[in-house]
Amino acid sequence: MTDAPTRRPEPAQRTEALESLLVERGLIDPAVMDKFIKTYEQDVGPLNGAKVVAAAWTDPEYKERLLAEGTAAIKEFGFGGPQGEHIVVLEQTDDVHHVVVCTLCSCYPWPVLGLPPSWYKDPAYRARVVREPRKVLHEMGLDVPADKKIEVWDSSSEVRYLVLPQRPAGTDGWDAEALTPLVTRDAMVGVAVVAAP
Amino acid sequence: MDPLADMGGSPGWGPAKVPTPDEPPFSEPWEGRSFAMTILTMGRISGRNLDAFRYALERLDPVSYLADGYYGRWLNAAELMLQDSNILAPGAVDARARTLAGDDVEEPAFPEPQKPDYAPTGPGSLREIDGPPAFAAGDAVRTTNTPRPQGPSKLPGYVRGRRGTVTAVRPGHLLPDTHAVFQGENPQYVYTVGFPSTELWGDDAEPFTLHVDLFESYLAKISEKEADR
Repeated sequence: MTDAPTRRPEPAQRTEALESLLVERGLIDPAVMDKFIKTYEQDVGPLNGAKVVAAAWTDPEYKERLLAEGTAAIKEFGFGGPQGEHIVVLEQTDDVHHVVVCTLCSCYPWPVLGLPPSWYKDPAYRARVVREPRKVLHEMGLDVPADKKIEVWDSSSEVRYLVLPQRPAGTDGWDAEALTPLVTRDAMVGVAVVAAP
Repeated sequence: MDPLADMGGSPGWGPAKVPTPDEPPFSEPWEGRSFAMTILTMGRISGRNLDAFRYALERLDPVSYLADGYYGRWLNAAELMLQDSNILAPGAVDARARTLAGDDVEEPAFPEPQKPDYAPTGPGSLREIDGPPAFAAGDAVRTTNTPRPQGPSKLPGYVRGRRGTVTAVRPGHLLPDTHAVFQGENPQYVYTVGFPSTELWGDDAEPFTLHVDLFESYLAKISEKEADR
């Protein structure tokens, strides 16, 4: 008879244990952790990216800057920091559909989209969207028209990609403020399109 | 063998998850605490060496990588890095968890830390490079096809030994192959390289183009003749 492998404590318990050890060694300050967590829960999220997209939809000169020098144009909004050293913006068109992945880990443009959602970190997405993107997008609820080319971007360096979705029909004359709430996280990764209001 | 983390093209994962709107960044409080702890301890060990952290993720066994999801693997990678630097003894986290749960266990003593003698030459992962890039947009290239090195590499297995075309030249980056193991920054240009899906997956593949960011030393220029073959 062999011994069953010893189960490690649950991750919540291990997290508490590690925090207790690091605090004891003076290596971490729980108040700094709290502030850090709050930043990513409340301040840095896909609303940032939505503001950038809405600006590009309403200001042709901004759109030109955004496509030419993504990092600098995004910085105009004050958005930058970790995982945003070099951001490249990919424009969806009538002919081309872009979709972004990180097969090696789960790299994601934090300053504009916040932390990645569970589907992006899931092995099925990471493994399959570089092999059968049309099928994967279909499973996720997006049918890309057969005559549209698909371009998949695997972010395997420090370059981060933000997708600029197509502006939906029925929004003529809307200003950036009105357009911002229409823009979804999923559309800015390329697994959805922005629906008409 | 490619590590589990190198997932591109691997079979057996089932259907993709359907996105849900307004998913919170952390599904449970411990995930947020693991996230913050990992980011904040990384600086203590290695001057925020992201490549060392990613290499720690790659070295996790499959259970440690998969069982507790994304922030579970962050937690495990942080623990591994703290053990590598002798800041924590092996088993210290589990012993402390059992102590906190009220068990009577003996915790290992804190060892004498041995942090790598290494500091980055500047903030972030991008560096100016003096010389010109070796390749330009439009160049036909082939990725190296040597067996995966023992240490870190950012050449995904599914594009190894494949022919593609340079899509764009990106800024100079620290080379993860050496930076992740504290053996030098060795900055190189990065290139986005586009591959037709058929070059990667055969003639029956869905038609699409796959772009991936690759370091200069992973690439060699090829002739038009070889590119067309």
